[in-house]
Amino acid sequence: MPPPANQPNIRVVTLNIDGQDLSAREDETIIEVCRENQIPIPSLCYLEGLSVWGACRLCLVELAGQNRLLAACSTRVAEGMRIQTNTERLQRYRRTIVELLFAERNHVCSVCVSNGHCELQWLAQRCGVDHVRVPYRQASYQVDSSHEMFRLDHDRCVLCTRCVRVCDEIEGAHTWDVMGRGSDCRVITDMAQPWGDSETCTSCGKCVQVCPTGALVKQGTSVGEMVKDQHFLPILARRRHTI
Amino acid sequence: MNLDDLAELAEQFRAADPVVEREVRVCVAASCQSSGASPVFDALVASLGDGKPACKVKGVGCMGLCSAGPLVSVADKDGDLEGSVLYRDVAPEDAEDIVASLDGPPLERLRCATDHPFFARQQKIVLEHAGIIDPNSFKGYVAVGGYAALIQALSEMTPTDVLREVTASGLRGRGGGGYPTGLKWSTVAKMPGAQKYVICNADEGDPGAFMDRAILESDPHRVLEGMAIAAYAIGASKAYVYIRAEYPLAVERLQTAIRKAKRAGFLGNKIGDTQFSLEVEIRLGAGAFVCGEETALMASIEGLRGQPRPRPPYPAESGLWGHPTLINNVETFANIAPIIREGGEWFASIGTENSKGTKVFALAGTIANTGLIEVPMGTSLRDIIESIGGGIPGGKSFKAVQTGGPSGGCIPEQHLDIAVDYDSLKTLGTMMGSGGMIVMDESSCMVDVARYFMEFCMTESCGKCIPCRTGTQQMHAILDKLAKAQATSADLALLEELCEVVQSTSLCGLGQTAPNPVLSTLRYFRDEYEMKLGGG
Repeated sequence: MPPPANQPNIRVVTLNIDGQDLSAREDETIIEVCRENQIPIPSLCYLEGLSVWGACRLCLVELAGQNRLLAACSTRVAEGMRIQTNTERLQRYRRTIVELLFAERNHVCSVCVSNGHCELQWLAQRCGVDHVRVPYRQASYQVDSSHEMFRLDHDRCVLCTRCVRVCDEIEGAHTWDVMGRGSDCRVITDMAQPWGDSETCTSCGKCVQVCPTGALVKQGTSVGEMVKDQHFLPILARRRHTI
Repeated sequence: MNLDDLAELAEQFRAADPVVEREVRVCVAASCQSSGASPVFDALVASLGDGKPACKVKGVGCMGLCSAGPLVSVADKDGDLEGSVLYRDVAPEDAEDIVASLDGPPLERLRCATDHPFFARQQKIVLEHAGIIDPNSFKGYVAVGGYAALIQALSEMTPTDVLREVTASGLRGRGGGGYPTGLKWSTVAKMPGAQKYVICNADEGDPGAFMDRAILESDPHRVLEGMAIAAYAIGASKAYVYIRAEYPLAVERLQTAIRKAKRAGFLGNKIGDTQFSLEVEIRLGAGAFVCGEETALMASIEGLRGQPRPRPPYPAESGLWGHPTLINNVETFANIAPIIREGGEWFASIGTENSKGTKVFALAGTIANTGLIEVPMGTSLRDIIESIGGGIPGGKSFKAVQTGGPSGGCIPEQHLDIAVDYDSLKTLGTMMGSGGMIVMDESSCMVDVARYFMEFCMTESCGKCIPCRTGTQQMHAILDKLAKAQATSADLALLEELCEVVQSTSLCGLGQTAPNPVLSTLRYFRDEYEMKLGGG
């Protein structure tokens, strides 16, 4: 077989993560290399197959020789990098960030359809959150059940924007977006209309599958019944981007 | 066009008005307008009538002493502010008297001494034309030597020469971060790619800061000239001014300036008959403070939601629509023309070792002379506050000065003798910021101050990253409890911990610096926090 006509000029670099020497293509990010090598890094907004968002700050890592922390999802690897992914300082920050998320809206696992299958719940377990030190803000929003197949519960939303990105980048509909500022941010369909009235929504359900919590779920699910399946994403993303 | 042609043009403009010998200059920048400069202007024009053909009423930019506005100065044509007679708190009824005094001795009852340290201690580079030229007049700008630096750069210098001068000047970004301007320009210049952009960041949003507004309202061509020189140096043909919609007067003057400069051939196609072209476009901000952050600003220009994105890649590498982009603050661009004109070495002779040139500060708060000042870097805070600012009014004593807006901190009395530059302020736990200085007297409660700035950051957080979005909210809640004397020492400990987390983990500068007002007040005024502890 002849070699590809234009061989991309990408080098392979070596770097050290948590004491392990690893090799990686220089166009890979730290989190991709970690996932490849089974080095666990907590993350929430990052999802393989979607564009990088860099907002949850859970995947921050320490780079030797630099005081500033780097987000593993948005930082490319470089030759000779020495990275620590799980120091005491990082653990402390991650725990606080997860606590802040729990306190922001209404995350009550015992009554949630995603109980047992929730990424926020897993994160809390992994980051050692046994109680929340900051006061609950008890923000309350209306539930949008206007769509015949799906339901949106803002109280359980963590604003990771996975739904926004999957709808725009993979489905190509761009039904979802974010409105508002600060803690008043919320995801909206079309021009903040009820989901059921959306003219752009194709009812493909990709947003529901990629949602890490019980914010986007199928109608008719009860506590603990909402199991999500994200296997389609890397495959579809690969097809999209290799055309 | 070469420098001789331009000098000839300037001479023509100067000679166009040969009868005028005396000018009555009325400040028509926003601060004086808010204290009633427009009626004063109209009254002066009416009083003068056609009676004195050798005198003319002229609207000019900021003269600095905003607290004494409306300000009017009477000067010889082309004379500077120091040599003029300055009148303060002028009312429309005073117009007759001012006009009557034009032939005789000055009107003592309204006179404001210009030998006061407020004027005498300043050194004006950025504001050299403010209060002298008419901001709406293109001819007025050319007559005082405007656009000479641009023509000099285009006709006598290569882009590399320009970069060398800017680097030699030691100029650092005036937007707050203090990144070396020459280095930034060189980086963008070296980036490959045919399409590059220049952006002027005029989204000045710090509470109490109005330097950029005053510069744009007083001397808009100066900023455009700096941008054009930058575009020539880095190889850009398109530039944007991102300015907040809350500055309608500055927007209007900038629009006028762009239109006139373009018509005269100093912007647009083939500037000065060279191959260099530059289109400048204005983009209005819609009221979000975070859009002053460069990546959020660029997203806003692109028509997206004004949210920051992770850096790297920096704008120099991948900026507007993915192209290499140079983004500088208004005041930075306003420093460029004099650097080209007088040389980088001249600029580097002013200021301190690592902070060159002058800095414009907006003095606000409880201080006798509020307004706009420009002083060399390295001037002590005590000089600025006690001598130039005239100290605290009402017999109260000084407590702290807040610099750097919501990203900065408070400096107490014991550090007043520090020489102000980028690095010294950093060691005190605050920052230069864009140049706002809010002076506070003994009656200010530092917990309230911290709460105010935290509320600002909380409401201005874009909501993208978790630590800034929810962390500022939690910190504000604790500060609120403290201010109401309901917080416990556990709350205070939690506050300090949240400060660390938000500072270290936030995505952009807004979140990373949001805890600064709390941390600096805790550092110098911890007792005030502890006195507020209640609730058992």
